[in-house]
Amino acid sequence: MAEPAPIVRMSGIGKRFPGVKALDGVDFRLLPGEVHALMGENGAGKSTLIKVLTGVYEVDEGRVELAGRPVAFSGPLAAQRAGISTVYQEVNLCGNLSVAENIYIGREPRRFGRIQWSKMRRGAKALMDRLELDVDVSAPLASCSLAVQQMVAIARAVGVEAKVLVLDEPTSSLDAGEVAQLFRVMRRLKEEGIAILFVSHFLDQVYEVSDRMTILRDGRLVGEYLTRELPQVDLVAKMIGRELAALEKLEGRPLARVAEPLIETRDLGRPGGIAPFSLTIRRGEVFGLAGLLGSGRTEIARLLFGADLAGGGSVQMGGKPVTLRSPRAAMARKIAFCSENRRAEGLVDELTVRENIVLALQASRGWSRPVPRRRQDELVAKYIAALNIRPGDPDQPVGTLSGGNQQKVLLARWLIMEPRLLILDEPTRGVDVGAKAEIQRLVAELSDGGMAVLFVSAELEEVLRLSHRVGVVRDRELVAQLDNDEALTTDALMNKIASGVPS
Amino acid sequence: MTETTATLPETRLTFPRKYVPVAVTAGLFVAMLVAGGIRYEGFASGQVVLNVFVDNAFLLVVAVGMTFVIVAGGIDLSVGAVVALSTMISASLLADPGLPAPLVIALVLAAGSLLGLGMGAVIHYFEIQPFIVTLAGMFLARGLCYVIGTESIPITDGTFTAVADARIELGAGMWISPSVVIAAVVVLVAGYVLHYTRLGRAVYAVGGDRQSALLMGLPVARTTIAVYTISGLCSALGGLLMSFYMLSGYGLNAVGMELDAIAAVVIGGALLTGGSGYLVGTVLGVLVLGLTQTILSFEGTLSPWWTSIFIGLLLFVFIVLQRFIGVRRTRGGAPVATAA
Repeated sequence: MAEPAPIVRMSGIGKRFPGVKALDGVDFRLLPGEVHALMGENGAGKSTLIKVLTGVYEVDEGRVELAGRPVAFSGPLAAQRAGISTVYQEVNLCGNLSVAENIYIGREPRRFGRIQWSKMRRGAKALMDRLELDVDVSAPLASCSLAVQQMVAIARAVGVEAKVLVLDEPTSSLDAGEVAQLFRVMRRLKEEGIAILFVSHFLDQVYEVSDRMTILRDGRLVGEYLTRELPQVDLVAKMIGRELAALEKLEGRPLARVAEPLIETRDLGRPGGIAPFSLTIRRGEVFGLAGLLGSGRTEIARLLFGADLAGGGSVQMGGKPVTLRSPRAAMARKIAFCSENRRAEGLVDELTVRENIVLALQASRGWSRPVPRRRQDELVAKYIAALNIRPGDPDQPVGTLSGGNQQKVLLARWLIMEPRLLILDEPTRGVDVGAKAEIQRLVAELSDGGMAVLFVSAELEEVLRLSHRVGVVRDRELVAQLDNDEALTTDALMNKIASGVPS
Repeated sequence: MTETTATLPETRLTFPRKYVPVAVTAGLFVAMLVAGGIRYEGFASGQVVLNVFVDNAFLLVVAVGMTFVIVAGGIDLSVGAVVALSTMISASLLADPGLPAPLVIALVLAAGSLLGLGMGAVIHYFEIQPFIVTLAGMFLARGLCYVIGTESIPITDGTFTAVADARIELGAGMWISPSVVIAAVVVLVAGYVLHYTRLGRAVYAVGGDRQSALLMGLPVARTTIAVYTISGLCSALGGLLMSFYMLSGYGLNAVGMELDAIAAVVIGGALLTGGSGYLVGTVLGVLVLGLTQTILSFEGTLSPWWTSIFIGLLLFVFIVLQRFIGVRRTRGGAPVATAA
């Protein structure tokens, strides 16, 4: 069949940030009535390309054409007026306003300057019906689920007579049913001739919904492919530029059973949080915690870090009883906690990579004894190299790094504290395949070096690949502690999580 | 429980939670009226309520401006000083060059708006906290008062004294001053602007989530500057009403009025973090403050600073109430994005 003329054509796009070339000669085209996935690892340049398209950044080289005419948008608003609307991962709407207002604000139906509320609500209702959503449009947006908020954002974008809809990781906080709902909406819009640019880390979703994909790597174009003609394995290989061998190498590690216990808990628990549990983690051991979201995994981690106060039980470290009254007390005993919520609980976006990395070290020394600049530089250089943080410029603000690299910066912050027990809560969530492999390899190396690691993850394969022993958490109770040997498979683990009875 | 979704039809029948703070204030006002009526002879007459309006018309106008600022997520500490400055400008221009009253009124309103516009522009373009900028504005306006004169300047202009002495009879021996009518008009216009115009809705959006408002393509700069200009204009008008009330200009007028205005807005149910609040609430907030003073004057034996103590307690209660409502709202639905 004949391809329609592209609605968006970007050619030879180059974008340079201080010290990095974020995009280098990238070509990209978007056809009307298709879902086009933009693929690449974190830091490959996907976000930058989108921001160039929507006018957040100016292009340094190359040209952007919309419907055959060269354009240069002064900002997202100008792009929106021209028909390119963007829906970001974080819902950028006002939770205090009603659903209808969020769709219409800035272009409310008016008569003699007076906003016509009833007309606005009817219009919003019609728009939500078109997206097959049953929502009370006069309810405040904050009372709706995240998925509905996302749809409202899309409704707003579509309502502006969009020709191009950019969806930047819209699914990362949605559950399976909500994702299906979103995809139905996307297909419907596609049928109406809207071109959709879709970014997601979930490969299955990309294969489910996209027609075509463009792959970027290190700011360069790898190629454009029809989704049905590119097998998933090839896609991953093209994205990371090497084979997946790195992931396999970790398997078959010996159990570190002989080492002495580092931390032992006796009936440690917290009413309403987690039932009392007894747990021993040895030096050099990776202890995996598997369980569903909200099963109590994070609660165990938080108890061991002193972030929550225990309701009963005791903790021993090196044979002596200790109380972990606060994170500060835990840090003094060389326990480090890398939380899953890197944005809210960890990094300071405006500070540089170097400042973020030395933050915890500085805090532990107190403000009267600054870490000498030379030592800062040494440490930072070492960990940027060790963790392969890209771009490797210590003076770059952390906010400009991609998600995976931000995660590594957070990890580096705790590693320079030289902890004896490192608690990692979902360290690989929202991180692409390549960075995931690097973080996993790092965990393995650290434990080989004698550090104990408590590894919390929702991905069973990951838990099995890395852990020496696995704890299963279900309904706020540590129901089993299993040696990770041949007999333990993801299926067995899954059964354990589901029923508590090994199959 | 019932907090699962907002799509259930039955939620339409229940009282919307966003009106709860306003309803609480309204209930409090009624309770104070009833309690006062039972306790004091002659309290439950219409004129007592009307006197609350008469005595607080200028505060009401100032609080209306403050409502715009607070709903937009800001704060304006300069209003009291601008009120004082307005009384000083009116009194001195009427006295010394003897300018005609309409010209003086226009000049005062322009001066207040201009000051507000300047502060709004500084707040927006230099990205400085409104607290600091309006604090500077407060010192500036207060200082300008003393440049004009350190003594109280009496107003003898015919128009001003006529307005000051005028009573609008409502029948049955009840009356209001022209200032009350002006304040009522200001409230109605402001209510219309907040609810029925794009500017008003942008004020709510900017207060709710500034970053989102920007990304949604709303005129954030214009809105921010507009709310401070409106607040400046309202303060100047409040100053004029105060001139009518006091028939003098004095640099120490309206000391601490910015705090009364903020208290009225908060008691009226607006969130200091912005994005929520109703003008009706502000009116009720002013009424509650005014009625407190009335009750204490009826009590007679209590010293006037009991007003402060009572208002302080009220503020505590309302802040805790809002916290409670806010927490429930967050748990009920998806996490509410906080303003940057």
